[in-house]
Amino acid sequence: MTTKSIKINDTILDFDENLTIIQACELSGIQIPRFCYHERLSIAGNCRMCLVEVVGGPPKPTASCAMQLKDLRSGPNGEPPQVLTNSEMVENARKGVMEFLLINHPLDCPICDQGGECDLQDQAMSFGLGESRYTEEKRTVEDYDLGPLVETHMTRCISCTRCVRFTTEVAGIDQMGQTGRGENSEIVTYLSHTLDSELQGNIIDLCPVGALTSKPYAFTARPWELQKTDTIDVMDGIGSNIRVDSKGNRVMRITPRENHLVNEEWISDKSRFVWDGIRVQRLDTPLKKIEGNLMPTSWEDALSIASKRMENGNTTFVAGDLVNVEALYTASKLSEYLGSAKILGDLDTTFPLNERSVYVGNGKIEDLDNARNIFLLGTNPRKEASVVNARIRKAWINGADVYRLGIQENLTYDVKELGVSLFDLQNFLDKLGSKKSFWTNTMFLVGYSFLNSKLADTALNTIRSYVEKFNSKLLVLHQNASAVGSLDLGFETDVKVKQELIKETKTIYNLGCDTLDVDQGTFVIYQGSHGDKGAGSADLIFPSACYLEEEGIFVNMEGRMQFARKAIQPPGKAKENWKILRALTEKLGYVPNWLDLNGLRNALFDEFQLISKPGEIIEVPWKAVKKQKKLDSKISLPGYVKNYYLSNSICRASKTMGSLARARNSHNLKKAS
Amino acid sequence: MLRRLSVNQPEEFSFSKTNLKWAKAQLKKYPKGRQASAVIPLLWKAQEQEGWVSKPAIEFVANFLDMPEIRVLEVATFYFMFHLKPVGSKAHFQVCGTTPCMLRGSESLIDICKARINGKQHAPSADGSMSWEEVECLGGCVNAPVVQIGSDYFEDLDKVSFEKLISDVESNKSPVPGSRVGRFSSEPSNMTKKYSRKKSSSENASIERYRG
Repeated sequence: MTTKSIKINDTILDFDENLTIIQACELSGIQIPRFCYHERLSIAGNCRMCLVEVVGGPPKPTASCAMQLKDLRSGPNGEPPQVLTNSEMVENARKGVMEFLLINHPLDCPICDQGGECDLQDQAMSFGLGESRYTEEKRTVEDYDLGPLVETHMTRCISCTRCVRFTTEVAGIDQMGQTGRGENSEIVTYLSHTLDSELQGNIIDLCPVGALTSKPYAFTARPWELQKTDTIDVMDGIGSNIRVDSKGNRVMRITPRENHLVNEEWISDKSRFVWDGIRVQRLDTPLKKIEGNLMPTSWEDALSIASKRMENGNTTFVAGDLVNVEALYTASKLSEYLGSAKILGDLDTTFPLNERSVYVGNGKIEDLDNARNIFLLGTNPRKEASVVNARIRKAWINGADVYRLGIQENLTYDVKELGVSLFDLQNFLDKLGSKKSFWTNTMFLVGYSFLNSKLADTALNTIRSYVEKFNSKLLVLHQNASAVGSLDLGFETDVKVKQELIKETKTIYNLGCDTLDVDQGTFVIYQGSHGDKGAGSADLIFPSACYLEEEGIFVNMEGRMQFARKAIQPPGKAKENWKILRALTEKLGYVPNWLDLNGLRNALFDEFQLISKPGEIIEVPWKAVKKQKKLDSKISLPGYVKNYYLSNSICRASKTMGSLARARNSHNLKKAS
Repeated sequence: MLRRLSVNQPEEFSFSKTNLKWAKAQLKKYPKGRQASAVIPLLWKAQEQEGWVSKPAIEFVANFLDMPEIRVLEVATFYFMFHLKPVGSKAHFQVCGTTPCMLRGSESLIDICKARINGKQHAPSADGSMSWEEVECLGGCVNAPVVQIGSDYFEDLDKVSFEKLISDVESNKSPVPGSRVGRFSSEPSNMTKKYSRKKSSSENASIERYRG
């Protein structure tokens, strides 16, 4: 890195010479207005809003987003080049650009969803002329259908092409483009196809005007009347940082927060649009089964029925996919007291997972940026962790090679296929041998399909032996938000053990697991937020809060502990998950020495150091690998069968997710025919 | 001008044998992975073959160059040289309407086009054999007014010679490109003999190069 001194206005500062002027200004705390420039997309330089004056440069303003510092010339006596960001020339240039942009922009702010959080509005106020001299007709542009998520008002488009660059570069789909030229240029999709991406919602945030807005959110709220809560997403194992906007007790929309370590600033469509599922299909009162029908009852009654069943012993606790750590902790304390088993419902493995260095690995999502070789072992990151997939794509664009074993679906980048079985993997490993330069820069991503395969134990240890020897990175791509948390607390995943437990047990305490099959005679207590499959087969139902309705801790796939915050109140008589379990402990005669959430968390942090630091990953000792047998299983890894848009109970309740799943199905049918 | 794909599209497109060979040779001009650079020449060849650029042609080129269809569509809609709607089956007249040609009478040529071909640009005549459009400077100002058909220039036109040109096209005669007042090139019109290489030749400089 070569540094270069630049004088910005009156201050001389040193910067990396590869930075652009806009980046240097940003670093020195000077805000430059912009529309087309976005730090995570390629540079287009077509909006001209970021003009600055380069002293001694050409006698016209320069687009600061497209000018590198190394291209600036020093003064006649070797003085550092000077950039002015507030000179008269710059101010006039901004006014001029703003006037041009507004020529064809409709003045429909009062009926535009972007109103109040619109870059064009804000910058017109800050840098614009303040009045219009334009009396001629404005152009109009036809709208087109982008599918059930993104609404278009193309007359408002200022042709910044952020959406085109995002879909092409980050989302990896080649459907959007800009056709025509000059006044007649239009942003279109090829033959008006709808977008085929799990990340398309992000173009709503990227659009600096109201041309692309959210369809489900359309005309429902104004940004200034929304209450904003910073929280965590639970739709997948990434733990994307989100902001929930609510009005009264209704969630109106979900937008991403920036966290470079986790989700950069993207979220998947599932995370963004699932909120309409929070309002419907809710369990809002305790229910008990009387003669085959679920009837409403009181908390007091429901809790005493449960405690009576559980006193008899032989209760198995089952963790679902959306449970927070507080609830899991209370449940696991209770199971210790009762001497009963606890299992993780939504993850089946062929061997027990009990070391964090095994079920998480030593890798972080951000390690993908530096990896030269990425191995996808039995995983489809596009469906299981869409934001991580965008990050793998970024690494691939920067030159990384991606190798894949198992599930063969389009991931938006080129992959080198290793085969479908563990035998194929062994073959590849043998062929490559111990080439140090290769393995040191390698990252392994292991999916559920891999963990669920025969001989997965040996296979994972083989991978871990490479990680151990060459300091490569290993990360298990957990699909569910509660997976790592439950594993940290010791929930069982071994499929044989689980089946035996479920068969033998008389009572199941189900914490929101909807994939569980139970025998008829078993008494099922279901604690969850949505009336889904799990609730349907239950004998007693405790209605609980969902992830936006209670304070909670979630541990993401890297082992990063993050806080989810309460954005709205749970409906009806539904209660926070940990509170229900805490009430039950008293009934059963076990009294933990804490009463409130803080007490619970202190006890939890004392017991589990691994999840005691918010936002951080605590380094764990590496469990050494013993010498492994060769992998000779020629059985294909199990495929990905889940429907992406309908993978948990909240999604299944959401109308938007339903229409997406339908759209995707008909799209796939069309493709196949 | 808003440029969209035509509503009526042929079923399929593929290069003729010669064009396919030519196209494959074009690919070798570019480094591996950069073959998308050949998109304009290929689209142009497709237009030479069909007269216009159809949706199947765009998809064919995209497939041939291994690039997304939308990127080819962007190029095809950007350049006015690419016709996105069918043109006259016999000829598409491109009448230069820029200042020198206009001063030398291109407006009356346009009037003739309107009367004999179609009142609107880019729309075929009644029998579909001819169409016309007004274009910006063709760079033949010294021989104004100029009309281009395909890659041939017809120069020094006036009402009479242009009417004859249209009639010739209509009756399937192939009109000889070049000056309509006997100029060989762009020499002063009263000195044509001095500069003619072959007195008997009815061809002009651009034709010689074109054939050479």
